[in-house]
Amino acid sequence: MGEYKVDAEKLKKLGDFIEGLEYAEGELINILREAQEMFGYLPMDVQLFIARKLGIPAAKVYGVATFYSYFTMTPRGKHVISVCLGTACFVKGADRIVEEFRKQLNIKEGTISEDGMYTLDSIRCVGACGLAPVVIVDGKVHGRVKPEDVAAIIRGINEDESGEQMLVKQNVQ
Amino acid sequence: MGSYRMDVLVCGGTGCQASNSIDVIETMSKEIKAAGLEKEINLVTTGCFGFCEQGPIVKIQPDNVFYVKVTPESAAVIVKEHFVKGRVVKELLYEEPKTRKKLEEQSDMPFYKKQERIALRNCGLIDPENINEYIAVDGYQALGKALSEMTPEQVIDEVKRSGLRGRGGGGFPTGTKWELTRMSKADRRFIICNADEGDPGAFMDRSILEGDPHSVLEAMAIAGYAIGADSGYIYIRAEYPLAINRLKIAVKQAYDMGLLGKNILGTDFSFDIHLKYGAGAFVCGEETALINSIEGGRGEPTVKPPFPAEVGLWKMPTNINNVETFANVCPILLRGADWFASIGTEKSKGTKVFALAGKVNNVGLVEVPMGTTLREIIFDLGGGIKNNRKFKAVQTGGPSGGCITEENLNIPIDYDSLTEIGSMMGSGGMIVMDEDDCMVNIAKFYLEFTVDEACGRCTACRVGNKRLHEILTKITEGKGTEEDLERLKDLSQIIKDSSLCGLGQTAPNPVLSTMKYFWHEYLAHVNDKYCPAGVCKALLKYHIIPEKCKGCTLCTKVCPKGIISGKLKEAHVINKEECIACGACEQVCKFGAITRM
Ligand SMILES: Cc1cc2nc3c(=O)[nH]c(=O)nc-3n(C[C@H](O)[C@H](O)[C@H](O)COP(=O)(O)O)c2cc1C
Ligand code: FES
Repeated sequence: MGEYKVDAEKLKKLGDFIEGLEYAEGELINILREAQEMFGYLPMDVQLFIARKLGIPAAKVYGVATFYSYFTMTPRGKHVISVCLGTACFVKGADRIVEEFRKQLNIKEGTISEDGMYTLDSIRCVGACGLAPVVIVDGKVHGRVKPEDVAAIIRGINEDESGEQMLVKQNVQ
Repeated sequence: MGSYRMDVLVCGGTGCQASNSIDVIETMSKEIKAAGLEKEINLVTTGCFGFCEQGPIVKIQPDNVFYVKVTPESAAVIVKEHFVKGRVVKELLYEEPKTRKKLEEQSDMPFYKKQERIALRNCGLIDPENINEYIAVDGYQALGKALSEMTPEQVIDEVKRSGLRGRGGGGFPTGTKWELTRMSKADRRFIICNADEGDPGAFMDRSILEGDPHSVLEAMAIAGYAIGADSGYIYIRAEYPLAINRLKIAVKQAYDMGLLGKNILGTDFSFDIHLKYGAGAFVCGEETALINSIEGGRGEPTVKPPFPAEVGLWKMPTNINNVETFANVCPILLRGADWFASIGTEKSKGTKVFALAGKVNNVGLVEVPMGTTLREIIFDLGGGIKNNRKFKAVQTGGPSGGCITEENLNIPIDYDSLTEIGSMMGSGGMIVMDEDDCMVNIAKFYLEFTVDEACGRCTACRVGNKRLHEILTKITEGKGTEEDLERLKDLSQIIKDSSLCGLGQTAPNPVLSTMKYFWHEYLAHVNDKYCPAGVCKALLKYHIIPEKCKGCTLCTKVCPKGIISGKLKEAHVINKEECIACGACEQVCKFGAITRM
């Protein structure tokens, strides 16, 4: 498992976060949320770290991490596209939107594109059912999405991406 | 509010934000400044108006004008025309679809006409991020009244007499639950607000928290006083970032003003509120699972009894109520139990918020007195079915509920009448379906959901529901038999009888109720290998597009059933009833004239 290195600095930050908590054990879910925010996912090493820090079995940490769909143990793409598969979105054809994204991002199995750029997953209702079907791209809600809109959404991500690179370049200069 | 000439209320709920309302607010603010009106016009970002279909919504007070589908461009026009020149912008008014008349006032719109807003009273009216606006509409007065004029017993009695029942699904009498928790002997007691809102397709709790968070905080403190608890937890799902943010702001403001924390309003009552986040597990909406989750563990349910009212969070008596339940509490204390009990039906008092979604014209949130009929909700408030399609069914109660058909649309709905017709109130999600929805596929969708969300503790639910889902998949793929239908029925009953918690016990409901009302559709799938709604892909039949058919007769020669007819050089037709969807015709057609539908 040598291919992922756990960033020591982030780990220290996580340690500080845990120490700052009052009832650390009851806060396991919060700690995992924080860790996932830092690392993007929950590598095994991070789970071990948390278990040791709290003095609880690693199996308990793993048990909680696998129970909740919010937590993921595989790295996520740079951009996360979540298609809502709640009932309101489903009856408005959300499955066709998923299909279209799969096709256009060339994701056949699993949830991540080959180049590691995109994660495509599903969520159950973000409460914007009035705008079904709903797609969330990097936290932004898109409503009334039609299969024809998928290309434009992906283009939008890519444009932001190149805009970001321009900014980085300018900063370097 | 204050010395402004005009209040401009712009919806900043999740729905309208997704329709760009943030840009609308920015443009308006800029244009108002440009026109030099910033001292006269008060621009307020509010919570959800409920009419998400028509968002972003902008309401002007005191003129009482209601603009819909406002864009940043039209926002600029509103400033120039309405605010500067005093002329209502007709194009941006709501058009009543039947009469095609433009309606200015909210109260004239069919969507709002039959509504009675108690839980949603402040949504769309106040700025949820400003506690002073809440206080200006009688906020924290109920808490003040309870602490200064009433004993805990009197508070409980008032809630009991109001007839309020839990809005989270079970419909348990709220006052009785408070009393039971109060009577449990213990050193500490807790209040929990269930904001997990697991039913996909329901969004009333989100709207209340986004639009009026203080109403929930205040009610939690009142409940804390009534049962003798010193702290409360709000368990909110991670999928609601905006609601989380508004809650955080509200909690902080309430602490700053001494409305939460130590010695509230100078009395010896102290109450703390903590936020806890869900992490994406439907079963955590179930109260015992929720408690396990707050304690940091896997959100698995435990066997009841003991009920949380006896043994709950950290093994202490705990009172759990739903967001909407709490949102009803303050008006009950301020206006009295008799007033609340005068609304609704004999056994279900007050109002209920429903989230109308699916194939209905006016998607959104409606709050109506208990006893309103489904027909009124779907056809009057909801404006009927989209694109003039035919109504087929409405699913209430989410994955635990059932579907209701045309014949029952006139039943006045409350907790008991819905259960009687094989569905349930649930949290108030209402998914409207039309003739293009396949009911077998819908049942399969719900089962997929429960299989996904089952916690895995008990076998009946873990394995049983998986089997149900497999059989349904088989049927939608055209491989089902009549014996499979029998098996569906038997297995459903077993799962209902032997599952540990409400999730498993109710999971087969969508199957049983679609089988009850749409038996013919199931039969069509298994016997004729045909999906009447044209949804199940594997069962689609072939069809010849007349414009493309050259009449070459090739298809007639390969059809094993010999059911394609037509003369040479004229468009051919396939007898759909007998088509076995083998695909031979499509393969030989040189003109791309044959498709599945
Ligand atoms: C599987 C399952 C899921 C539930 N999900 C929710 C939910 O999301 N929100 C909710 O308020 N109650 C939910 N409940 C009901 C709660 O267990 C509990 O009855 C409710 O929060 C009590 O509050 P009330 O009396 O105010 O309705 C669920 C129950 C079950 C069995
Ligand atoms: S079902 Fe998709 S947002 Fe509610």
